Amino acid sequence: MAEPGVRNGEKVVSWGRLAGVGQVVSSENLEADSQGAALSRGLGRSYGDSSLPARPGDKIVQTPLSDRILAFDPVSGLLRAEAGFSLVELNRLFLRRGWFPPVTPGTKFVTLGGMVASDVHGKNHHRSGCFGAHVTWMKLRTADDRIVTCSPHVNTDLFDATVGGMGLTGHILEVEFRMERIPSPWIWMESRRVPDIDAYIRGLKDAGPHWPMTMGWIDCVSRGKKLGRGILMAGRWATPEEAPRDPPAEKRKLRLPFDLPSFAINPLTVRAFNELYYRRHPRKVRTGIVHPDSFFYPLDAIHDWNRGYGRRGFTQYQCVLPDEAGLEAPRLFLELLTRLGGASPLCVIKDCGAEGRGLLSFPLPGTSIAVDLPIRDNTQAVVDALNAFVIDKGGRIYLTKDGFTRPEHFRAMEPRLPAFEAVRKAWDPEGRLKSAQSVRMFGA
Amino acid sequence: MKAVILGGTKGMGRALARRLVEGGHHVFLLGRHEEDLARSVADLSVRGAEGASQVGSAPCDLEDPETFTGALDAADTALGGFDTVIVTAGLFAVQARLEADAELARRVLTVNFANTVVFCEAARKRLLSRGGGTLCVFSSVAGDRGRKPVAIYGASKAGLSHYLESLDHKFRGEGLVTVCVKPGFVKTGMTAGLSPPPFAGTPEAVAAAVLTAIEKRKPLIYTPSAWRWVMWVIRCLPRFVMRRIGF
Ligand SMILES: Cc1cc2nc3c(=O)[nH]c(=O)nc-3n(C[C@H](O)[C@H](O)[C@H](O)COP(=O)(O)OP(=O)(O)OC[C@H]3O[C@@H](n4cnc5c(N)ncnc54)[C@H](O)[C@@H]3O)c2cc1C
Repeated sequence: MAEPGVRNGEKVVSWGRLAGVGQVVSSENLEADSQGAALSRGLGRSYGDSSLPARPGDKIVQTPLSDRILAFDPVSGLLRAEAGFSLVELNRLFLRRGWFPPVTPGTKFVTLGGMVASDVHGKNHHRSGCFGAHVTWMKLRTADDRIVTCSPHVNTDLFDATVGGMGLTGHILEVEFRMERIPSPWIWMESRRVPDIDAYIRGLKDAGPHWPMTMGWIDCVSRGKKLGRGILMAGRWATPEEAPRDPPAEKRKLRLPFDLPSFAINPLTVRAFNELYYRRHPRKVRTGIVHPDSFFYPLDAIHDWNRGYGRRGFTQYQCVLPDEAGLEAPRLFLELLTRLGGASPLCVIKDCGAEGRGLLSFPLPGTSIAVDLPIRDNTQAVVDALNAFVIDKGGRIYLTKDGFTRPEHFRAMEPRLPAFEAVRKAWDPEGRLKSAQSVRMFGA
Repeated sequence: MKAVILGGTKGMGRALARRLVEGGHHVFLLGRHEEDLARSVADLSVRGAEGASQVGSAPCDLEDPETFTGALDAADTALGGFDTVIVTAGLFAVQARLEADAELARRVLTVNFANTVVFCEAARKRLLSRGGGTLCVFSSVAGDRGRKPVAIYGASKAGLSHYLESLDHKFRGEGLVTVCVKPGFVKTGMTAGLSPPPFAGTPEAVAAAVLTAIEKRKPLIYTPSAWRWVMWVIRCLPRFVMRRIGF
């Protein structure tokens, strides 16, 4: 018989629609719930298996009911909150007061705990680094059920392994980080068409020093001269003079600047769609004020868009190719992707700045490329081939998006893994904390 | 509004308290755990910063009627007299456990019915002594009809609903508005072990509906509102049908 707050044998599903079964616990008391639990999960926006239970009997804590703000100092911008506090609420409360999180991922349906565990990066990575770089303090429940605090100065090993550590070093209970003061809640954006991938990489590198935020959508099915054409966007916060007088209205359902295909995603439809998307943008540079939601979270406009990929779901392949691999590395990557038939409706490209202190944080100086791969019979083979390329170029993949990378591949692309494993072992010698991903990838 | 909320740290009470402070109202929380109260006060203080609302708290335990007077005194002092009292606190347990554990059954019956009524009586007197106000109490659809899956919990809420209706009949003329809230299935920590029916509500939606009911001085609301019709049908069913179905 089920007890209130506990769901035995509950199916847990990730954003890419991978599923697992666990004993799910959720209440307003994260500190109590996390006792003896194998893993925490937030709003389940990770695509792969990082927020899924390793075994059916595992206790999994769902954090979103623990969402209280514990302190906010309007002088320093320091905000402390429970780990289940979401970015949706944060933005709803603070945008109009002139504050924004220092780093935001491309969806606001994430929790603080999830942002730390994935050490998320945003459009401003080349300037501001990952979210973890702005975290000043955390309270965790470690594997041996102790409550421990850590910061860049206290229990630093635990701090560095928890930032980007995919929940494997402890349950994050509270997070304190520094918010950013913004001059207005509106974005000044400039966007333009880019004819091919080489121009794209140059465009990103050129825009970086001038713009705090950059990113682009690319067409990753066109071949030949059009390979990697797309739209490059750069933005900054609008000044009070430029900004409209009213704060941005809360929009329930935004309209995407294009229509998302709800029908079967196949190379033909994807090609047509990309063509349209590219041509919809005027030839000349477009500038103007845009709603922060349309700039930061275009995909949130459509609820449950992940269902567009059908029952088998999809995975996202995101890798970063280091600058040292040469400016042609992204082109070679796209050529390989199209050869493998990995048609993706849209592909996101971003240039990354310096590596952060999180032991398993994803970004490194270079170019990040993210593509959605609808799950097919050959998905494993596609991921294997892409990984072989990435390893060869000295790059790596993003754990929070991954559901297919083989352990030997990850080991080959992650020289920091032994350091992470040592800290994990020190704080969890019995290996109590685990996820489906950690068992698949690290063997425990 | 100067509102006292018993149960405002969790679930629907939490959502309601947040809405109130964001609307600039003053909120005073009553609850069992000091640490939990302090965390909710911090949360509400940050959220309410713009409306310059005032937030405070004092310990109060529905299992212990001795704590009621002190708690209401503290609220009175802090708010300089309150005009609204909201009770969202209550105890829930599934029928199987209540059947197996007599002590738990006694607690559920005492907390949800007897002690809630005693608390409401204390609150009612204070409100009436200054000309009235609003008493908004969360009962449940579980009390609308004798039903197999909620025999004991439902009985405790049936008694409470009955009391609240009487109160509204008796004192509305003197300025005391009683609002009885009957939530159907709402996704909170309390119901997290149960599989949600099709139109399960969220605490935020319930909070919005309850605030409207308070403003419009409605004596009774079902929330999500679809439950009003569901329960109307259930109340109409003859006993022999009720006996056969598991609802
Ligand atoms: C549309 C979309 C766009 C995205 N864009 C970006 C982007 O631009 N940049 C980027 O970096 N990421 C991006 N992501 C990925 C997303 O930001 C991360 O997956 C994020 O971690 C999700 O947060 P969550 O609360 O849903 O966590 P979950 O998905 O529930 O969990 C993710 C990981 O965090 C761990 N975790 C969660 N809470 C806790 C806790 N309290 N204690 C310990 N561990 C915890 C889990 O165990 C799991 O390993 C995007 C995702 C989507 C769906």
